This record gives sequence, C-alpha cells and structure tokens, in this order.
Amino acid sequence: MKPDPAGAALEINPELVGSILCRFIRTELQRAGFRHAVIGLSGGIDSSVVTCLAARALGPENVLAVTMPYKTSSEATRRDAQAVLDRLGVRTLDVPITDSVDAYFRRFPDASRMRLANKCARERMTVLYDQSAAFDALVLGTSNKSELLLGYGTQFGDMASAVNPVGDLYKTQLFRLAAWLGVPDEIIKKPPTGDLWTGQTDEGELGFTYAEVDRLLVLMVDCRWRRSELVAHGFEAKFVDRVAEMIRRNHYKRRMPVIAKLSPRTLDRDFRYARDWGT
Amino acid sequence: MAPTSDPEGEALAVDRHGGVLRVAMAQIAPVLAHRERNVALHVAQIEAARGEQADLVVFPELSLTGYFVRDMVPDVAIRRDAPEIRRLMQAAGPTALVAGFVEESPQQRFYNAALFAEEGRIVHVHRKVYLPTYGLFDEQRYFAAGERIEAFDTARFGRVGLLICEDFWHLSAAAIMQAEEVDLLVCVANSPARGVDGDKIRTAVAYDSMARTFAQLLGAVVIVVNRVGFEDGLCFWGGSRIAGPDGSVLAEAPMLDEALTIGTIDLAELRRQRLITPLARDERLLLTLEELNRIKRRRYET
Repeated sequence: MKPDPAGAALEINPELVGSILCRFIRTELQRAGFRHAVIGLSGGIDSSVVTCLAARALGPENVLAVTMPYKTSSEATRRDAQAVLDRLGVRTLDVPITDSVDAYFRRFPDASRMRLANKCARERMTVLYDQSAAFDALVLGTSNKSELLLGYGTQFGDMASAVNPVGDLYKTQLFRLAAWLGVPDEIIKKPPTGDLWTGQTDEGELGFTYAEVDRLLVLMVDCRWRRSELVAHGFEAKFVDRVAEMIRRNHYKRRMPVIAKLSPRTLDRDFRYARDWGT
Repeated sequence: MAPTSDPEGEALAVDRHGGVLRVAMAQIAPVLAHRERNVALHVAQIEAARGEQADLVVFPELSLTGYFVRDMVPDVAIRRDAPEIRRLMQAAGPTALVAGFVEESPQQRFYNAALFAEEGRIVHVHRKVYLPTYGLFDEQRYFAAGERIEAFDTARFGRVGLLICEDFWHLSAAAIMQAEEVDLLVCVANSPARGVDGDKIRTAVAYDSMARTFAQLLGAVVIVVNRVGFEDGLCFWGGSRIAGPDGSVLAEAPMLDEALTIGTIDLAELRRQRLITPLARDERLLLTLEELNRIKRRRYET
C-alpha cells in the first residue's frame, strides 16, 4: 500500500472531537457568563455542524439559528437550512438582508460583485451581534481552518465571532464530523458555496478543491513539510507556491489590527494575558 | 510450601511502606489566576478526599493558579510560607498533599513549583526543570528553571520523587529518580490535547505509556495527575492515573471531566515486583556516571 501521510494527518475521531468541542462551547460560554448561543445558519456544512454542536452542548432551546437570506440566495440553500432546523429543534429567526444591503448600494450602483459579497457578510455580522444582545447570547463562529488559512472569508464579516469551535478543523475533517453529527446528507454532498452570487461555488472560485488543498495544507502547516518535500511528494510547484502565498497575504485577517508601539507595555505585544484570564 | 516466616523483615516492610494507601487524584479545572476561588476549590476537594479516607491527595500542575498565567505570574506568585498553603495543609490534616503553585523566591525568581506536604509541614518543593518553550508553550518567558531533581523521604509513602509535566518527558529525570531509589513517583501535569485521530488523544496515549513504562523500569508506583478544562482554546484532557510496578494501571480518572478518583496502592507490592525483576538493584550507577562524564568531555570540553 502506498503511504498516505496527508490522509493520515487529516484523520479525526469524530466522537472524540465532538465531545471536546461540546465541552469547549459550554465552558467558553459559561466563563463569559452566558448560556445561549447565536449562529448564522446558511444551510452549508460549516454552520450546520456548529448548530448541531451547540444544540448538543447547550440544549436546542438555548441556541438561536438565524437565517439571513439575500435576494440572490438560492432556494436550495434555504431548504437545506430548514432541514437542519427541523432536525434539531433549535430556536429560529429569519432576517432577510436584501432591503438594508440594497438601500446602501443604491448610492453605489457600480459596486463590484466582491463588494456586494463582503457587504452581505458584514450585514449578517451586525444582525448576529444585535441578536446576541437580544437573546443574551454569544455569537459562535463557523470559519474552518481551510478558509482561515486561505483567507477565504470576509474580515469582520463571516470571520467575526466570540467563540469558534471549528477553526482548527479542515473542511474535509468537517465532512467527517458532520456525518457523525447526523447533518443531512444533501448538505454534506453538495458543493460548498458561500452563496455569494447565483451558481457560485467555493471550489470554482478558488480554482482547486478542498480535498486537494487540505492535503497540501495539512502537510505544509501541521506536519511542517518543506517546499521541496511537497513537490517531491507530487504537489505541483505552482500550486504549492500559490497556496503558500494565499496564507501569507491573508495573515492580517487572522490578527488584531497592528498597533504602533510607543509605551513600555503595548497591548498584545508585551501586555500578555490569556483571553480566559480570571475565569 | 508456605514461605518461611520472617517477622522482622515484614515489620520493616510495613514500617517503611505503611502497607496499603489510598490516593485521591483531584482532577480539577482551576480558575485562571484567581487565588481565592482556587483555594476554595482545593479545600473542597481535600475535604472530599478526607471523606474517602485518602492518605494522599494529589492536585495537578499549577493547581492554585491555572496554566496560562503569563503576565499574571508575579501577581499570583506566593512564598512557601504563604497563608494559602497553610490553609491547604490545615484542611488536609493527617492526609498528605501535593499541589502546584507559582513560587516566588527571595531573589524575585518565579518557579513553576509543586509541593509535597505531610503532617502539616512541607516536606519538599520541586521546581520544574524543563520549561517547554515551543509550539503553544511559552514557559521560559515567565519562569526560572529549577536546578535540582531529587527525591525525599516521607513518613508513610517511602521515598518519593516529584516531577512536573515536561520533566516527565525527559528520560534523564526518570533515570535520576531510579538512582534515587524512589518508591513513589508523582508527576503533576497540565497536558493539553494534541492529535485527535485515534481512539484516544495522542498526548494521553503518550502519558499512559510513560507512566506504565517508568513504573515498571523503576520498580515504583507512578501517579500522574493532569487537569481538565479549557484555557484559550486549549483542552486539558485529564485521564489521571496510577501505574503499579508491574506496569499495570491501578486506577484511572475519566477523560475531559472533573473528578476525584481514588486509587489504592499497596507499597508491599514493590517488594514482590523487585524480587521478580530487580532492575534498580542491577543498575550500574558508577558506570553510568563514567559514561556521562565521557560524553560530557566529548560534547563540552573538546
């Protein structure tokens, strides 16, 4: 048998991962003084997994899943989101964002598709944070490790959250976890999409599949293979370089804004406290 | 045929080892950098352990402070004669105690330390020697490294060695403890989960294998107490355990959840295992020293 180091490194035990993540959600909410969670549910696999985990961790009555369709959102997406809601019995709220987004862009009718997509993501963020205040809850994040590394997300949009249980799982690992959690098959099997515009798929836009890129990412990031080793292993040099550059170029999205150091102790540089300080 | 009676030898063994002992593993989730709440948590666990007639209660590494203390190190640090430690010893009464704390020396050095207290006094303090500073760990930034790995004699537990987490991963520490002829080796830990592909967390598998292997190779009882809970996304996995000198697991706490788990150890079992496999007896300490000196000359003096 041909050894498959990438496949082995991407293996997870979904039961073990699920039990850690449920405890994580419960603990992080409790230490901040909360019992409720709010999640933006798109009908895709990431938010479906997080909603399932939250329902298990907190009880479905303590979870609010908010659907926030835009006028171009597909009917299939809505149907998939509804399937998750029906299965879990969590609280639900539908807040279409068409009116507010379109009101803004009436002033900027020539805005690009990318601006519209980012605006939608940030509009949803403000809805979620407002609903978290109304529901006395924290916002759970749904960005996975593949997206976070590639920068395939909107800063202060879908990347914004208080607690992210799935940020250390690659997309292909989420498929495993989703199956174990009982996420409906249609959601697991459909091509991942941000539903940013009609017919958009992540893999079409990125130019590679998650299955391919996750194998590269896990060896590059987690197993610390060198470029020459990755190429010798069979990855195309151009693919390796492109992905490495995406990781570098988008690093700013994963950090707090950089602060110019002037004083003896600068926040996040030599003012070092754990986020969970005192709890 | 019945074994020859040896009343004197038996008396000595009981004298030295105190016979059967009950060990309580207090697998807690400390509150990060909250002294009062952690003292209260310890006292509650100690009282529960005493209710279980425990002879020894063992808390994890940095049990009085939590792990990621970072810039809080000087704020949570205490001296050996601190009221917090007196409070724990009072609560413990006749029960012996292992607890973790940040120790401030008179020279304002801060150590990741663990104490062993018995009969109302501190018998020994171990200062963590190997401070991991790689990957997610950052300990050398905040702590001074301990300079000694030494065992100590106790009233009821024979000769005891105390190690803290990363110390346990260094073969030399275990070898020193073997040369020290320990009966009981206690490792307190704050081990986070890394590697979730198998049936068990990868770090948990490693600790289980080290505990059983060291117990067998040292002919000693090994107690590992790890914490649970989360800090900044890190999951401490618990799974505290006691390994007997034959390499078997004598008691095991649950994974991931808080628990007070009682294990029974029979120090007389040490005698039996040392008769079967007298590894410590056959150890060539002087040969080892000579070899280490030779290596020292090669690596540092040429």
